[in-house]
Amino acid sequence: MMQIWSIAGKEFSDGLRNRWLLAISLLFAILAVGIAWLGAAASGQVGFTSIPATIASLASLATFLMPLIALLLAYDAIVGEDEGGTLMLLLTYPLGRGQILLGKFVGHGLILALATLIGFGCAAVAIALLVDDVDLGMLLWAFGRFMVSSTLLGWVFLALAYVLSSKASEKSSAAGMALGVWFLFVLVFDLALLALLVLSKGTFNPDLLPWLLLLNPTDVYRLINLSGFEGSGNAVGLMALSRDLPVPASLLWLCLLLWVGVSLLLAYWMFRRRLT
Amino acid sequence: MNAVEIEGVSQRYGSMTVLHDLTLSLGEGEVLGLFGHNGAGKTTVMKLILGLLKVSAGQVHVLGCRPAQADVRRQLGYLPENVTFYPQLSGRETLRYFARLKGAALTQVDDLLEQVGLTSAADRRVKTYSKGMRQRLGLAQAVLGEPRLLLLDEPTVGLDPIATRDLYLLIDRLRQQGASIILCSHVLAGVEAHINRAAILANGCLQAIGSLSRLREDADLPARIRASGLCRREQWLQRWNAAGHTATAVGGNGIEVMAVNGHKVDLLRQLFHEDQPQDIEILQPSLEDLYGYYMSRATTDTEGTQP
Repeated sequence: MMQIWSIAGKEFSDGLRNRWLLAISLLFAILAVGIAWLGAAASGQVGFTSIPATIASLASLATFLMPLIALLLAYDAIVGEDEGGTLMLLLTYPLGRGQILLGKFVGHGLILALATLIGFGCAAVAIALLVDDVDLGMLLWAFGRFMVSSTLLGWVFLALAYVLSSKASEKSSAAGMALGVWFLFVLVFDLALLALLVLSKGTFNPDLLPWLLLLNPTDVYRLINLSGFEGSGNAVGLMALSRDLPVPASLLWLCLLLWVGVSLLLAYWMFRRRLT
Repeated sequence: MNAVEIEGVSQRYGSMTVLHDLTLSLGEGEVLGLFGHNGAGKTTVMKLILGLLKVSAGQVHVLGCRPAQADVRRQLGYLPENVTFYPQLSGRETLRYFARLKGAALTQVDDLLEQVGLTSAADRRVKTYSKGMRQRLGLAQAVLGEPRLLLLDEPTVGLDPIATRDLYLLIDRLRQQGASIILCSHVLAGVEAHINRAAILANGCLQAIGSLSRLREDADLPARIRASGLCRREQWLQRWNAAGHTATAVGGNGIEVMAVNGHKVDLLRQLFHEDQPQDIEILQPSLEDLYGYYMSRATTDTEGTQP
């Protein structure tokens, strides 16, 4: 246990040292504030519109960014240490491979969680202070849910990055695979589902389709953040399907957690198979 | 109980066999020198002891247990070949990190930095360290937590003569404290005085193992007698070469003769009786000579078995 914290502590201080934490927090804060005030510019308005609209815009942005940042943060976690020569040394210490992996996950996970809290938290505070007649309870609930689910989404992709990192024999191929995973889950998956829907010309059971969304953590994340606002017309594209999804929100959260757990287990399995 | 017990171990990577039926043991408080050419299997032996590799056949016991157990690893120090660290950490941070991972007292860190002569560079980033400094930091890392078994893979590579001497002094001190040490090297000069036994590996086979005097006896290599300031060099050359000794002229009035075991005293007596040498040197076969002997024997053996 002590060792897990030591590794986590090192990863975390690395994140402080190379300014990752600072950079991600700043990026999140700027984008969140920008979207809150300028998000409605397309419809001819400038200024804060509503909490559901802001959250919807933020969620669709975070769907792209969060996985990318998590993958960038962690893709070299294992293969980088291997190339640097420190992995072999670590493995001769009284540590299991699971402890190494878990330590890294805790360290990286803390960086992501803190950056999310600081970055999006700043935007929430700014809205609370600067917008006059905002429902503070609603703001806290919506932003809290958004920040927690964003962190979970980041953790899923951290764990997926460890899978790649344990599999790859070179850092560059891990980077390539990370890009591939991002592309698959963020872009290709939804397109493939739509294509399936169109090409099957109705022979595909439409009741099944919403369930397929659970196979993609970014879709689960979007479902979590778009639900719960009554009468919001923000559900576009594939998300419109979710209206028929007879699943409670708790199941969506569970699904996201499951994604974290299963990916970590897969990473552990890959790491154990890795030769030194 | 032996610190390391390797019995009949073979190791294969795919279709390539890198160790053939190796049997080797290391007693408590013993220093074993493990020598061999590049790719002879030295590092593989180390990895087996560390539990980084699973044996294909045979058994390995370390400190009475199977390798790779956390209890065993806590009592084990390892300096890898070409050791590297996290470039962004300072020397002190690096040692503190590894001390925490090993469960060793953090108070050791400053002492160890001093022992390896890195106190003044302790707060600089490892990125700025020279190869020799990295090697010394690696050594300090290996000695963390007072290990009972120390594995050093090419510890002297990159060290200047002073640092090499300090390394051997440290090894002697650790041995006195009861640590068992395996020293893996292909730099042979200067190691002799610091090891109890030597093992010579070639092509994954153990060629010889034993104390240096044992190996000298077995190899039966001639000692070289070098005498200078002789009055009748030409006569000596003729006489000894005729008698079947290999004698060559060296320097102005000097001579070097190979004295096969049993003839050494005879040759010396002849020299003193019939000439007035100014100086006499007797050169025992060095570790390098032994190494060369066992290596050439290994190559002729493999050539002999292959049609």
